[in-house]
Amino acid sequence: MSLLEIENLSLSIHDKTILKDIDLSVASGEVMALVGESGSGKSMTALTVMQLLPHGARAEAGRVAFDGIELLGAPEAAMCRLRGKDIGMVFQEPMTALNPVKTIGEQVAEGIRWHTGASRFDAETRARTMLERVGLPEKHFPLTRYPHELSGGQRQRVVIAIACALQPKLLIADEPTTALDVVLQTQILDLLRDLVDENRMSLLLISHDLAIVAEMADRITILRDGTVMETGEATDTLVKQRHPYTRQLAQASTHVPARARSGGYRSEQKPLLEAEGLTRDYPIRRTSLFSRAKFLRAVDDVSFSLCAGQSTALVGRSGCGKSTLARMVLALDRPTAGAVRFMGEEISTRSHEALRAARRNMQVVFQDPFGSFNPRHRVERLISEPLHLLDERPDRTRRRDLVAEALAQVELSPADMNKYPHEMSGGQRQRLSIARAVITRPKLIVADEPVSALDVSIRAQILDLFADLNERLGMACLFITHDLTVARAITDTVMVMHEGKIVEKGPTNAVLTQPRTEAAKALVAAAPDLERALEARLAGKTRESC
Amino acid sequence: MIAYLAKRLSIGLLTLLLASVVVFLALEVLPGDPARIMLGMNASPEALEALRTQMGLDHPPLLRYLAWLTGMLSGDFGNSYTYSLPVIELVLERMAVSLPLAFIALSLSTLIAVPVGIFAAARHGRAADTLAMGAAQLGVAVPNFWFALLLVYVFAVGLQIVPAGGFPGWGDGWGEHWQALRALILPAIALALPQAAILARITRSAMVEVLGEDYIRTARAKGLPWRIVLWRHALRNALIPVLTILGLQFAFLLAGTIIIENVFYLPGLGRLIFQAIGQRDLIVVESVVMLLVATIILINLLVDICYAIADPRLRGAR
Repeated sequence: MSLLEIENLSLSIHDKTILKDIDLSVASGEVMALVGESGSGKSMTALTVMQLLPHGARAEAGRVAFDGIELLGAPEAAMCRLRGKDIGMVFQEPMTALNPVKTIGEQVAEGIRWHTGASRFDAETRARTMLERVGLPEKHFPLTRYPHELSGGQRQRVVIAIACALQPKLLIADEPTTALDVVLQTQILDLLRDLVDENRMSLLLISHDLAIVAEMADRITILRDGTVMETGEATDTLVKQRHPYTRQLAQASTHVPARARSGGYRSEQKPLLEAEGLTRDYPIRRTSLFSRAKFLRAVDDVSFSLCAGQSTALVGRSGCGKSTLARMVLALDRPTAGAVRFMGEEISTRSHEALRAARRNMQVVFQDPFGSFNPRHRVERLISEPLHLLDERPDRTRRRDLVAEALAQVELSPADMNKYPHEMSGGQRQRLSIARAVITRPKLIVADEPVSALDVSIRAQILDLFADLNERLGMACLFITHDLTVARAITDTVMVMHEGKIVEKGPTNAVLTQPRTEAAKALVAAAPDLERALEARLAGKTRESC
Repeated sequence: MIAYLAKRLSIGLLTLLLASVVVFLALEVLPGDPARIMLGMNASPEALEALRTQMGLDHPPLLRYLAWLTGMLSGDFGNSYTYSLPVIELVLERMAVSLPLAFIALSLSTLIAVPVGIFAAARHGRAADTLAMGAAQLGVAVPNFWFALLLVYVFAVGLQIVPAGGFPGWGDGWGEHWQALRALILPAIALALPQAAILARITRSAMVEVLGEDYIRTARAKGLPWRIVLWRHALRNALIPVLTILGLQFAFLLAGTIIIENVFYLPGLGRLIFQAIGQRDLIVVESVVMLLVATIILINLLVDICYAIADPRLRGAR
């Protein structure tokens, strides 16, 4: 009998069907991956097991059994005994998963004390051991640290320590690495795998990333719109791709847009954008009133240039200074030293008003398609916002024409201009942000992690769109990303940033296949790659069977 | 933490200094002769001259300001023109009523509001929530003097368990203390209820927001029962807005209670300042305003300290 058995589970929230006839089982010591795009019901399946469903959710039919205990309709007290003790859970967003007003020691020890009745001292000793185990040694991370004193990856380790403190039989990890950069992702996945091996723990790994799943999972269940599409042995399912949806997902995740080698750029051209010796310091909090002010150098003496129509990736781990550099390029932040020249003119020291002409020619696309629009405005107004940068304000009909044209550029219908952002899907919203960026026909688009919040299939479409715009409209693109597959897909050149410096740059293919610096090597090694992962798994298997 | 406190304290002192300048300018330097304002239109020139000399109005403004400031720093707030008493004595006498009254009212309102707010938030969107917030709406809407009269009618006139008004003074023995306390019960309730209604709404909305946070889910995933999650994880995170409102309410309760003081015939600060304005006793007005400003700054400082205790992220803030 499996440890976790879900049979014919149907679930609805306020009469809207979320899950339909879900079958899923996780055996003891097994890693089961639950894969699907956003809205497919992955998280709801996990929350049903935890019985932590949102208000209004109701399991209509089916059964969920854990270790012989029926969970549907189990009394809250019984669930409290299971949660945190026999079933642990790790969540996607480490930045908000910890209580900001409690120390990490308190938060890890709390569950231990609650379930075992251990004394404060014993619980804290166990919490200490657990934090050591997840890679937060006493010396640097005493129990008295608060979450805001830790980085995202460190916080995720604390969350894992909380979930695994009592060696649960089942760990549910809901997109545990989606919010982290690739190097951290590898570390966290390694940690999870070790914990599974050490304690013969079962792992229900929820992910949208097939490459991760191919590396980690024994078996895989693919969900779409609340129904199971396919379930089976992980490597076999992903190699054979029998189900059309599995094939679609696999293709989307390795998708490379068909683009002519470059968006018509020639390196001998006069550069469109030049950065020279860019440096940015941020003041660090002084420890006492009398100590000298200290600075953190976020960007350190960076120089590069970008030609018209060139597509370049700026890759690096989170916190390496990518976004600060981008802000200076966009003249949203003033450099401490150095200069930015755009279309031959110095822009880093200009006043807000004097930047208008430059702004018209440089636009930005942000990561989060949900947060970057005012929810109270219609699409027409949102898209037409950059038009105030034009010298001649277009009248109403002209403005509508321009908006319609921009929407058409990103393959949305002109009729969408009367909608509100909440009426559009995540992918459509990211198209909107691109439409907003292209409406002034800029020469340069800076895109800060433009696809990392999107599902694989939508991500493939947006990458196509960028490649197309780059080629068709000849816009130069600067992609800021920690994801090398994005860089590989749509850029001509790549710059690798590490601790504020650009440590390596060159043609994308050369850098990604033969990285020279440690920083670039680490990024390349950590980048999840479906084909490579499958090859490794298959090779491992043939060795075992020999 | 020390740097945070030092910074808050210096901001407080600076505010106090600024306030003293504003108060001084508003009452003494602006057009209109203070002596004439105090004596009225029909005063004789001799009397005016005498008062001017007594108040030191024949000196230049800067000198007068410095004298006033140093006087206050050494505890000398001047003498009341109408009462012919040192202002500090008047104020201390009134504080003996206003301060306990404000304190009791605030404690009462907190004791009622915070549990009601938590209760409503925990049952967000259900009948209990609607009922509690409906009651709170009523508490805000009902004028407190009307509610005070109702209380007098029921508990003083009808049941006769507390006095209808007046204040006997704190006296010496426990018996007299108790009599004084009894006189403050009804006014405290009348003051507390509308405050509780506001505070309950604030507590509820802060709690509702916090309960939607990811870390609440993390706490529940640890196996903690709902009530422990509420009290240990949610409440402390919801405290910042609650503390802010508490600080504002205390300041209001100290001096803004003139209506309730009149209903219960209590000799409080509100009445003192009201009468002083009516009788054009500028020295009392000036001093009481400065004392109130100082108290409010002190309360804000306490609230800031509470912030830092409640939320560790603020301890390092500048």
